[in-house]
Amino acid sequence: MAEGETAMQPAAGASGTTAAAAAPPPPSPRRGPPAPGPDSNQGNLDSHLRPPEALRVIGQPLRRVDALAKVTGVTRFADDLVLPRMLHMKLLRSPHPHARVVAIDTREAEALPGVKAVITGRDLPIPYGILPVSQDEHALALDRVRFVGDPVAAVAAVDEETALAATERIRVEYELLPPVATVEEALQEDRERLHERTAYANVHKAVSLRFGDVEEALASAELVREDLFFYEGNTHLPLEQHAALALFDADARLTVWSSTQTPHYLHRALAKVLAPLPASRIRVIACPNGGGFGGKSDPFQHEIAAAKLAMLTGRPVKICLTREEVFYCHRGRHPVLMQVRTGFRKDGTITGMHFRTLLDGGAYGSYGVASTFYTGALQTVTYRVPVYWFEGARVFTNKPPCGPKRGHGTPQPRFALEVHLDKVAHQLGIDPAELRLRQLQPPHSLTANHLRVGSMGLRRCIEKVLEGSRWHERRGRLGRGRGLGLACSSYISGAGLPIYWNSMPHSGVQLKLDRSGGCTVFCGSTEIGQGSDSVLATWWRRSWGIDPFAIRVVTGDTDLTPVDLGSYSSRVTLMTGNAALEAASRARALLARAVGAHLGVPPSRLVFAEQRVFDSEEPERGVSFAEAVELAEARFGTVGTTGSYTPPPAPGRYKGAGVGPSPAYSYTACVAEVEVDEQTGIVRVPKVWIAHDIGRAINPVLAIGQVEGSVYMGLGEALMEEMEYRPHRRLVHKMPSMLEYKSPTALEMCEVVTYLVEDPDPNGPYGAKEVGQGPLLPVPPAIVNAVHDAVGVYIDEIPLHPHKVLAALKAKAEGREPRYGPARFPPVRYPAPLEVGLPEPTPAQPAGAAALAGTGGGRRP
Amino acid sequence: MMRLPPFRHYRPRTVEEALAIMDGEGPEAAFLAGGTDLLPNMKRRQQTPRVLVGLSGIAELRGVRGDSRTGLRLGPMTTLAELVRDPAVRAAWPAVARTAELISTPPLRNMGTIGGNLLIDTRCNYYNQSYEWRRAIDFCMKKDGRVCWVAPSSPRCWAVQSSDEVPLMCVLGATLRLLSPDGSERTVEAAELYADDGIAHLRKRPEELLVEIALPPVEGRRATYLKLRRRGSFDFPVLGVAAALQLEGELVMSARIAIGGVGSAPRSSPEAEAFLRGRSLADEETIARAAELAARPARPLDNTDFHMSWRKKMTSVFVARALRELRAGVAATALV
Repeated sequence: MAEGETAMQPAAGASGTTAAAAAPPPPSPRRGPPAPGPDSNQGNLDSHLRPPEALRVIGQPLRRVDALAKVTGVTRFADDLVLPRMLHMKLLRSPHPHARVVAIDTREAEALPGVKAVITGRDLPIPYGILPVSQDEHALALDRVRFVGDPVAAVAAVDEETALAATERIRVEYELLPPVATVEEALQEDRERLHERTAYANVHKAVSLRFGDVEEALASAELVREDLFFYEGNTHLPLEQHAALALFDADARLTVWSSTQTPHYLHRALAKVLAPLPASRIRVIACPNGGGFGGKSDPFQHEIAAAKLAMLTGRPVKICLTREEVFYCHRGRHPVLMQVRTGFRKDGTITGMHFRTLLDGGAYGSYGVASTFYTGALQTVTYRVPVYWFEGARVFTNKPPCGPKRGHGTPQPRFALEVHLDKVAHQLGIDPAELRLRQLQPPHSLTANHLRVGSMGLRRCIEKVLEGSRWHERRGRLGRGRGLGLACSSYISGAGLPIYWNSMPHSGVQLKLDRSGGCTVFCGSTEIGQGSDSVLATWWRRSWGIDPFAIRVVTGDTDLTPVDLGSYSSRVTLMTGNAALEAASRARALLARAVGAHLGVPPSRLVFAEQRVFDSEEPERGVSFAEAVELAEARFGTVGTTGSYTPPPAPGRYKGAGVGPSPAYSYTACVAEVEVDEQTGIVRVPKVWIAHDIGRAINPVLAIGQVEGSVYMGLGEALMEEMEYRPHRRLVHKMPSMLEYKSPTALEMCEVVTYLVEDPDPNGPYGAKEVGQGPLLPVPPAIVNAVHDAVGVYIDEIPLHPHKVLAALKAKAEGREPRYGPARFPPVRYPAPLEVGLPEPTPAQPAGAAALAGTGGGRRP
Repeated sequence: MMRLPPFRHYRPRTVEEALAIMDGEGPEAAFLAGGTDLLPNMKRRQQTPRVLVGLSGIAELRGVRGDSRTGLRLGPMTTLAELVRDPAVRAAWPAVARTAELISTPPLRNMGTIGGNLLIDTRCNYYNQSYEWRRAIDFCMKKDGRVCWVAPSSPRCWAVQSSDEVPLMCVLGATLRLLSPDGSERTVEAAELYADDGIAHLRKRPEELLVEIALPPVEGRRATYLKLRRRGSFDFPVLGVAAALQLEGELVMSARIAIGGVGSAPRSSPEAEAFLRGRSLADEETIARAAELAARPARPLDNTDFHMSWRKKMTSVFVARALRELRAGVAATALV
């Protein structure tokens, strides 16, 4: 027996990546006919939820481990936490969109009885930001405020009313600066700059990446089509407002509980800003999030300020933001103007594409550099784009910062691309579905921009929604004002690269087995409502045959759990799943050796099922799971293992190649049915058919829930949601409230028919890919395409406000171009293109086994 | 979270007691009906009464009496949810019950009252905001400031009449009985209660208490109310079209039309009403012309949801739809 196996096993050298890299490439997971998995349909839930044979856990609609606590109101969210002697914090925010902070006088606030401390930017002078390249934020404005709502000072007091009263007694002297309201203003050189470091004017980032000779491809195309699109910004609107509680204890250790999706990144930001407090003395605990959607992925001002005030006062400090403040935290969908120019053959296949984007980033960097690249990254993974040129730019304006929202930077270009293709299909007289089916990116191939596509179930997805919606019978034949539209999309199952450069795992799992027969799983991932705790518990049941409710899941605690990068980029099921499977298989091996020795049978003959470990040849010979743990502990000492996951290396080696790679891509197809009232322009969406290639549905009920939630969110973005500001009234947010920021209610929600298509990916645990974000993407373009089918006009920008539809109908009636949308793309000084060239082998031909080398990390049952 | 400012709260048991408290407390006091509008407004410091006189304990202010022959008498503290399901209301003036069902959300209809709805504050995107937000624009004329940001050169406030029941009460000819602390009593026509000013939008003194809403006998009239809003629940109207007609077949004997959400008071259109009298609704031209006339006084501005010129366009569309609905006799209040 090896000594090393008794303790927590180090993951080094044993991670799936290196182990599998040397192995021969796995065969295509597609054997013969299309994936045999359960295509789930709401209308026939039971039969579709039957798991594949031989899998008694994976594919089962198991109840969530946290369901009872959630539905009985027992779950403790960050704002439910109360500590003895706790103080309450309020932030004073800027009433100006752009100003220099000349002086702050806090004396009157400090003198108010009940006030314990007041801090300003000088108390927290170190800048931070989620991306290493964008360290441009301060917890409290140091010398400048950049949007209405930018925090300037923080007060800790005995109660919320006192803290609020104190903020009103803080005197701030501002020197007003002219605000930058729009993208056009941000491009002008003579405007005040928000930040010192820009590409030019207020251009935060400008990129140009060229893969092959696009101009030649367009010149030789039989049809070149150019279209302009605009996708309005919108926000996450989680039901739970952000909240944080900070405690600085007698041992000079700081603990911050927060509604964060990314405790690890918050930990790093706190360590930076609160220096010299060492990172080892900071603990971040992510509370269950009442919805995140990307809006709780940055380190936030209130988290840092509460921590500082706890350190200054020696008392716990708590804040729960108001709904209005949540709008100021924002980090939501970027408004993006897009120009797409594509060459086609007469059969509708693409010869080359030039895609331009211009993003309004708001006041700070946030994830913006990544967002900018994402507006150009995933156009290539659905349809073959032989040569591709992407130009993108993001500007600063004096508005709350944009960032990642469900689909991060990709729903906007997806909207443009899918409506663009619909237009081409009509122009060429080809069925839009046929046009797409003719040119699907092949599975296990490389794209023009060097992305490695693994399993690719889009064909099956398209077939499912065509069949469900009776596309061929009904499209164009629904009668006046009614129509069907199709759109497809793809999304990453976790970003292939971490936010800060490092070569460590993206996800780590530790587990501890105890004599009760239970076990505790430690993982840095965060439950944001998506069901990640449940999925985490599922792996052990699969590996060991024990009840998930005998498993304690400890997540999102930087003191207790190994690092997981967080619940963002749809990475948890795939990445923590692979890490968990590794830890589970290691523990299983220990138990099997101990039980095998005890029973006198080879470990390979042992079966773990029904809370027992037994001999497959003589099933009555065996021990209970608890006894197996005792035997292992007697033999090896305390039983614990670790597992970790690092994504396979991305094939792209150019500057900017960090955004887009993923271990696996999910695929979605969607048909929307609409009703357009031609008198009012009001669009209703009665029904949506959506098929999602999830690789493998670990828990189909949770997966369908994610699809429906994505449809809901996409519907809101398509029909009504928008972040609007008053450019002539100090750039205030037009309506920072849940009543006036219009988001659909249950009454506007459409009927959704969901099909889960399973095309297992070699990199996913049991073949699983993402489902949390991708299904949002095709919804807005499917709706816009359906409006065209219904009334013959294209609305090239969303939301689809009724006045836009009426304007397009009027244009059509008057013989003008039957569309509503942006008229021009302002001149942007993109850099000279980085001539990356095409990868080898070229994407035109399906990449063979060579393209798959190094796609380890995945594990198949 | 947002905090309420400090205030004292009374819960009188009789109308006399309520009026006496009001008399004693003076202008710093306000009546509290359902609180679904006043309390959030107080959190945002739009209204800051020091004293609230809660009316929920006064039994005589609740309930519905009468029928379609005698007319109905509604206690102002009758909740909107009670109004929705009240058999007498549904039999006599079903549009009143259906309109109540269009207000806000089910939980808020359990708290909100018909009296509160008829006296609800006007609304505006520049006004229904937190204190901090309003400070960022130097406040507005309606509260703490000098300018109306909707129309900065305007001497008046353009906050929007936003009750669903108000236009309907106007076309039904409802009357409201008000009591004063000094014992005096007056009855006003609903249409007379509302003034076209976002601030002084009620021709009612703050200390006057609404004690009864009287709906006239039906006498063969039909009424409807169409509401335009973004979503099927939750939202205030950005356009509300109420119409009441006396028809003989399709011939209009009398007509009343009032439009809410397009000004600080409901807009009636005597021209449209006169035009309709003696004409047949069978003629689509008549409907189109009446709708155009009725929409003329509508002045939607950029202070609610939706594009203002689109709201203006929708006014005639909705009037026409209301007239067609009444012509068909289908008692369905369309949701938009």
